[in-house]
Amino acid sequence: MDILFALFDGILIALQPMNLGLAILGVVIGLFVGAMPGLGSVNGVAILLPFTFVIQGISGDATSPMIFLAAVYYGAMYGGAISSVALGIPGASTAVATTFDGRPLALQGKAHIALMAAALASFAGATVSNMMFTGFAPMLASVALDFGNPEIFALMLLAFATFAGLGGDDFPKTIFSICFGLALSAVGFDIISGEPRLIFFDIQGFSHGIRFLVLAIGIYGISEMLWTMNASRGKSSMSKVEVSFASMTNALIRFGEAWRGTLIGSVIGFFVGILPAAGATPASLMAYGVTKMTSRDGDAYGKGAIDGVAAPEAANNSASTGAMLPMMTLGIPGSPTTAVLLAGMVIWGLEPGPLLFSAQPDFVWPLIGSFYISNFIAVLVNIAFIPLFLWMLRMPFSILVPLVFVLSLVGTYAAYMNMFDVWLMVLVGLGGFFMRMLDYPVAPAVLAIVLGPIAEPTLRQTLLQYETFTIFFTRPIAGPITVTAIVLILLPGLRLLWRHWRAARVGTAGN
Amino acid sequence: MRRAEIITAFILGLFSVYLMWKSGEPPAWNPDAARFDNIGYDDTGAPGSGFWPFWLGVIMLASCVWTGINWALRRTPASVSTAPFLDSYGWKMLLTVGGGLIGFLLVIEFLGFYAAMLAFLVYYIRFIGRHGWAVTLSIATAVPVVCFFFFDIAMRIVLPKGYSEPLFIPLYDIFL
Repeated sequence: MDILFALFDGILIALQPMNLGLAILGVVIGLFVGAMPGLGSVNGVAILLPFTFVIQGISGDATSPMIFLAAVYYGAMYGGAISSVALGIPGASTAVATTFDGRPLALQGKAHIALMAAALASFAGATVSNMMFTGFAPMLASVALDFGNPEIFALMLLAFATFAGLGGDDFPKTIFSICFGLALSAVGFDIISGEPRLIFFDIQGFSHGIRFLVLAIGIYGISEMLWTMNASRGKSSMSKVEVSFASMTNALIRFGEAWRGTLIGSVIGFFVGILPAAGATPASLMAYGVTKMTSRDGDAYGKGAIDGVAAPEAANNSASTGAMLPMMTLGIPGSPTTAVLLAGMVIWGLEPGPLLFSAQPDFVWPLIGSFYISNFIAVLVNIAFIPLFLWMLRMPFSILVPLVFVLSLVGTYAAYMNMFDVWLMVLVGLGGFFMRMLDYPVAPAVLAIVLGPIAEPTLRQTLLQYETFTIFFTRPIAGPITVTAIVLILLPGLRLLWRHWRAARVGTAGN
Repeated sequence: MRRAEIITAFILGLFSVYLMWKSGEPPAWNPDAARFDNIGYDDTGAPGSGFWPFWLGVIMLASCVWTGINWALRRTPASVSTAPFLDSYGWKMLLTVGGGLIGFLLVIEFLGFYAAMLAFLVYYIRFIGRHGWAVTLSIATAVPVVCFFFFDIAMRIVLPKGYSEPLFIPLYDIFL
């Protein structure tokens, strides 16, 4: 009951004019960002993060900027489907699975059905997820209060291991990316001794460290646009979308066929979103796969099944809320976007983690309340403004890209008032493009630079206090987490052994 | 692509070695200390300042070696691909766009942000995007104007203006 009262108070604060205005603005920007190919929630949140200092300056607290960025996150989850259906290009990686059936529907002249299904499934997924979040969050926060340095480091290890074991990317390259991000987070000053360290080539610009925003904007603002331009060759073809009252009413009725995919996506999305470093992309792909696998007519998927649009869209919205759960209760981001949000919370002076619920309820519950409001605003704006977003999608890359670049450079300078960081950001962007071309995953590096300042001191303090590594295995909470992390790290190797063993058995049985 | 894969692994391996070497640097307050003294435990029984980055460097180097082994055994898509790392479109895009970004930064250093924005947007929209002058000049003038009123005037975040600073003094007199 206390939870409901706290949530109600939070909703009232989220409905205050400034916060409501920021939620509306954030949703609209997020819808646009999510709809644009090459831009996703993580790009939008990373590029807009410097501008939230202005919001904090006006509001005087961290609640308003966080509501704004969370609304951008929400809006982007809705917006990804628009480009997927109309252009056949996923608006973001979280909307890749939406193209599987969304694009065929558009080619059949049923784009309005796909867009309506995407909007309503997104709303349903986020609503289910918000309710589960409201129930789980205080419970998880109270459990997390028992966490000490060994437990926190074990959780960091689990976050990295999830990327390495479940990410599906090249294993040694993923490990390199994680360690690279952790190493970059160590540049500047040693947190414990205060000594300058890793001042590369004795360039004094590194003495204040490599800031998170430099890496995030460089990767998600610059290298992402370069990669998209190279991959798409600037080509896209826009499907004609009939938008009228009759067509949208018909689409609303047809959404009833998508109840199964919506339900599966909502549940899978939340629990996958909770996993450190997983997020909306794997959630949407997994939801699509499970929905197809459990369907009576699996062959219809990939050819315009409405369920095939609803499942990933429900999942990606559900996962976006789920990803905030470990971020706020444990201080571990559940997705690349929440890694950026976590960094924002630190910049605004908050301490993400279990103490956040007890020490900062005035931040937590308005934020949770804003999830419900942003979700409601997003579905209304999405459906009402579909024609406008379709018009905006006609904006050529050759106009969108330089605007993103200008915004990235200005945003980086505005954050730190230092041209060295702007130069570094561009060089990171160019380097990130090359890394991406060679399949080095960049999201683990971004996650690592956020978690590095937590992982290193907790490890060193644990070793100082207990003088042994075995403590990570013998503590009742840290032990299982550490073992799980090690299993995940070994998972690719175990899978390989399993495949060889099965192949050998089949070969023997054949003989 | 195959050649790019091994060259990149080699360069990143060199960076890993540099990281390990740099991690072992003696602290500023004790320059006579031996290199790599701080990658283990110090006198207080705690890991030294170089512990974390040094051993990360070791793991990074091992990853690069593993990538090299995969390359030699042709286990990854990039290691067997005969496709060019970037085709002619890709290189042209990288040179024109990447070069434009570097040019943007250089112009900022001399003429400031607003002049650089104008120049970059004209370059990109007109010469790369091949849009007409009307569209180009509309966007190229609107964006710096909006940014000026948002950053310099509204938010009091002064963007560098380089040698173009005197042009803004009358504007400050009017709006600030």
